[in-house]
Amino acid sequence: MSGMAGGRLVRLAETGRAPVRFLLDGVERVALAGDTVLTAVLANAPALRQAEFGPEQRAGFCLMGACQDCWIWQEQGPRIRACSTPVADGMRLLTRTREDWP
Amino acid sequence: MTGPRIVIVGAGPAGIRAAETLAVAGLLPTVIDEGARAGGQIYRRPPDGFTRPPETLYGSQAAKAVALHAAFDGLAAAGRIVHLPRHSVVALAGGVLHAMGDGRSRRIGYDRLILATGATDRLAPVPGWQAPGVYSLGAMQIALKAQGIAMGRRIVLAGSGPLLTLLATQLIKAGAGVAAVLDTAGLRGQMAAFPDLAVRPSFALQGLAMRARLGRLYHAGITLEAIKASDTGVTAVRWTDAGGRRRRTDCDAVGLGWHLRAETQLADLAGCRFAYDPTWAQWLPCADRMGRAGDSVYLAGDGLRLLGADGAEVAGRLAASACLSDLGLPGPDGTADLKRLDRLERFARGIARAFPWPADQVRALPDDAVLCRCEGVTAGSVRETAVYGGAEANRVKSLGRAGMGRCQGRYCQIAATDLIASASGLAHAGEAGRLRAQAPIRPTAIGEWLEQE
Repeated sequence: MSGMAGGRLVRLAETGRAPVRFLLDGVERVALAGDTVLTAVLANAPALRQAEFGPEQRAGFCLMGACQDCWIWQEQGPRIRACSTPVADGMRLLTRTREDWP
Repeated sequence: MTGPRIVIVGAGPAGIRAAETLAVAGLLPTVIDEGARAGGQIYRRPPDGFTRPPETLYGSQAAKAVALHAAFDGLAAAGRIVHLPRHSVVALAGGVLHAMGDGRSRRIGYDRLILATGATDRLAPVPGWQAPGVYSLGAMQIALKAQGIAMGRRIVLAGSGPLLTLLATQLIKAGAGVAAVLDTAGLRGQMAAFPDLAVRPSFALQGLAMRARLGRLYHAGITLEAIKASDTGVTAVRWTDAGGRRRRTDCDAVGLGWHLRAETQLADLAGCRFAYDPTWAQWLPCADRMGRAGDSVYLAGDGLRLLGADGAEVAGRLAASACLSDLGLPGPDGTADLKRLDRLERFARGIARAFPWPADQVRALPDDAVLCRCEGVTAGSVRETAVYGGAEANRVKSLGRAGMGRCQGRYCQIAATDLIASASGLAHAGEAGRLRAQAPIRPTAIGEWLEQE
């Protein structure tokens, strides 16, 4: 699907919604109004974050707020649970922890 | 307000019917729910701006979904219930709930509490299941319903239970690529449960018809061997078919699930008793047939008995009736609902036997397989900890961290107790005990906790 290069998920319906612009690892990406952060990121990338306890990346698991797999970093610090947070214009998301923090 | 303070946690089918029953009796219940809109998971609604009609979202259950949503929205709009959406109850003590939402914490006192906390998928670990692109079956259904997406281009669905067949049918209908539907339940066991399933003939027939339409995609009696992945995610599932042949199906996403696991943390914090239920292969809270669980606490829906959405509606009405009766107030007669509950329970136990927990697959996990997705604790580590530290779930958690991670054991506890039992020579997983719930039951930001209303 156009604009989905590198994304994990496939949009099957409801594609006529308004675009939302956000930054993922510093690069501007486009999602749709009503997307969760999880949908917005995985439409553009294969994963949400690096696992803390293993070599693999993570891309969410339960999508109902129970497994806590989908917490993603923001540039300004606080993490958000991607499956239960709506994406918003101007969000600045990171798939890796910032390395320049004190 | 002067009436009794009644709080309902959860706005799925059970919570909605409980709230309606109380509102009709003239009370003003507060409903706290994590969702943005009432409906729960099975009747989950997409955000504003989505346009697919209920028939597309909920199929043959559309009328039930519409009725529930309308009942709740009508009462909320009329001010006959107080709705607190997007709030998580994370702790409970001394008649006070702690709810997180809007970036702060609220303390909400209650005189009576109805817990309608529902269920999650019940998961068995498969070697490689920590790879990106592996989801629960429920997750894939939520993605389709609430976001209009498929989690991959070529999907393998594996596990057992009604959702396996239903989700496969829904994904195919929506245009997703489904590569295989792999059921760990054998056909013989499924047939043996048929007398119980026949108490709900239309449901049983719908299931069979969906199965028939899946045709050659569906395989019964399989054994899952491993999920293969590259750096960017899942690449294949290796499995053994019912005839013992080793198979491999290439894919970029995997959905896993073995029916349901009751969400019971709040019931535990509220002091409810629990008993191990071998049919469901899990610990469930104890309550009378109405849902009374002691100390002004009532339970309803899949968080008490795994009967599905229809059973949850019935249980929600019964719990509210019990609450009214205990307050000395008139309420609806529950006789017909109690009869319904018996029939639904017989059907549900038939389902549980037809699509059982894959204990043999869990006990055969290789030592290097990840058991706990949160912290990468392996099956071997749990076996070793059980032998050294004592064959009990909380001890294994303290010493080896299985169940200590951010999901608090929701997705590894059942498998962990199987491993503990088999490593220690216990008769069954129930003898390995049950993880005690610990508040907060969701990860909670310190800043939000300090920001009290």
